[in-house]
Amino acid sequence: MAFSKAALKGNSNLIIGAVLTVLVIGMAVFAPVLAPYHPVDDADLMVAEEPPSSDYLCGTDTQGRDVLSRVIYGSRISLSVGLVSQLINTLIGVILGVTAGYFGSWWDDLIMGLTNIMLSIPSMIFALAIMALLGPGLVNIYIALGLTNWSFTCRITRSQVLSAKRIEYIRAAEALGYGKWRIMFGQILPNVVGPILVMATLGIAYAILTEASLSFLGLGTQPPTPSWGGMLSNAREEFFTAPWISIFPGLAIFATVLGFNLLGDGLRDLLDPHKL
Amino acid sequence: MRAYAFRRILQFIPTILIISVIMFVLLNLLPGNAALMAGDQRKAPDPRVVEQLKKEWGIDKPIHTRYFIYLKGLVQGDLGTSFLRREPVNKLVGERIWPTLRLSFAALFISVAIGIPLGFISALKRGSLIDTASMVAAVSGVSLPQFWLGLLMMYLFSVVLGWLPSSGYGNGNFVNLIMPAFTLGIGYTALLARATRAAVLEVLHKDYIRTARAKGLSEIMVNWRHVMRNTMVLVLTTAGLQFGALIGQTVIVEKLFSWPGLGSLLVDSIFQRDIPVTQGCILVMILVFLIVNLVVDLLYSVVDPRIEY
Repeated sequence: MAFSKAALKGNSNLIIGAVLTVLVIGMAVFAPVLAPYHPVDDADLMVAEEPPSSDYLCGTDTQGRDVLSRVIYGSRISLSVGLVSQLINTLIGVILGVTAGYFGSWWDDLIMGLTNIMLSIPSMIFALAIMALLGPGLVNIYIALGLTNWSFTCRITRSQVLSAKRIEYIRAAEALGYGKWRIMFGQILPNVVGPILVMATLGIAYAILTEASLSFLGLGTQPPTPSWGGMLSNAREEFFTAPWISIFPGLAIFATVLGFNLLGDGLRDLLDPHKL
Repeated sequence: MRAYAFRRILQFIPTILIISVIMFVLLNLLPGNAALMAGDQRKAPDPRVVEQLKKEWGIDKPIHTRYFIYLKGLVQGDLGTSFLRREPVNKLVGERIWPTLRLSFAALFISVAIGIPLGFISALKRGSLIDTASMVAAVSGVSLPQFWLGLLMMYLFSVVLGWLPSSGYGNGNFVNLIMPAFTLGIGYTALLARATRAAVLEVLHKDYIRTARAKGLSEIMVNWRHVMRNTMVLVLTTAGLQFGALIGQTVIVEKLFSWPGLGSLLVDSIFQRDIPVTQGCILVMILVFLIVNLVVDLLYSVVDPRIEY
């Protein structure tokens, strides 16, 4: 991995992606400082559905809450969904992929069979079924999205492990009598971490988008939690009369997902300079 | 090739079987059931009525017995009976499948017609303004929340301009299809453009392209006969795998545009706890995805004669 200045130069995806991502993380961390109002408690029906003004930069929603403040606090929900669910996906995908690639035989067959079945269920549909079982709510979103999008990570990890297994120093570690688990996670894994990182970054973008979709269907986070998808869903009826209620959360989702997608693309170019 | 197709279709059986077990167990663990929701919502349900309904629907038996009854029907192509509408699921799903297929294939057509040429041109004119512009558009396309884009389009084309109907099936009128198909297809178009560009760039570095140029073939011939055909295998793989995402997204687009397809039936049945309908929709969607991927695999050998089955 060459993190040199030369590698960064011309990789505008990585730079723009990183800037957008840092901005969103900053927004989430400093939400109480940045937001002019409280996202839930500062509801004032006297100022419901006010268009953007100097008091309310992005206008107010149907219950008179400041849209800007809700968008700022919403970054916490969306980021947490992206990070937590993708962490679960990565853990499942990496553990299954590494062990399948390293042990081979029936365990490999079993894991690959399972992965192929996962790949043949559209993950949105699977997440929908899990949300139907668990009911709406933030924790359930983590679970539903965390269990349904690990198959690509698993496949990539496995194929990387299969090729890493034949490298000399891994065989040397085996000859030295290192334990299997130490070889798998101490020796092989650090060598295959690049593609996994790229998948994880793109997975965060996917999870944020899917959470918004599930919330739109009414199976996501519940009001009054200020989630971007939920805000869009609630504002659907008012879209034609008070479009600002929907436009700003939509832009926030777009910018955040774009940031992670660009970051993922940029990382891929950085880690794999041969493949353009 | 026929033998290969047949073998692949046989492989559907274990896949569908395992998925049916997973879905059956998952959905039958659902808290609350349609028996409680069938009656008057405002009154407490009459326990005798609930018991009677449970018996009628066969959900008074233990789960494994129920699964085998369900499986017996499934083998005969019977998806069961809807709890709430008291109609066969086959009929409900059958009515809804054509609108969904129409929508999906319209979106697919838009994506192939726009995405592949765009990716091709971008790769050939790498670094040019057209490349930068289309790749910025493509990464934006995969980052947009679809229903938000759909709402913006509704606002522009229905409310402001009044060109297109804002929603509904409109007895299958073509004008009703345009906006849902574009909303559904935008992400897939962007994805195909990106995949095509990456594939073309990879192929352009190959030795046979240099040979083709060296032997004096015109650029058009090189691009058409050598680059295009070799690219298509790579693009087809992505297109097939990502078609599942497209099917998943029909749920959102159909709900947004009040499109009477499988996706909206699925969401409604989830909220009504009408489990046989939910199961039926999911299984049919997965079957569509499996068939599309089979067709993709068979197309490999058409596109690339080196691949034989």
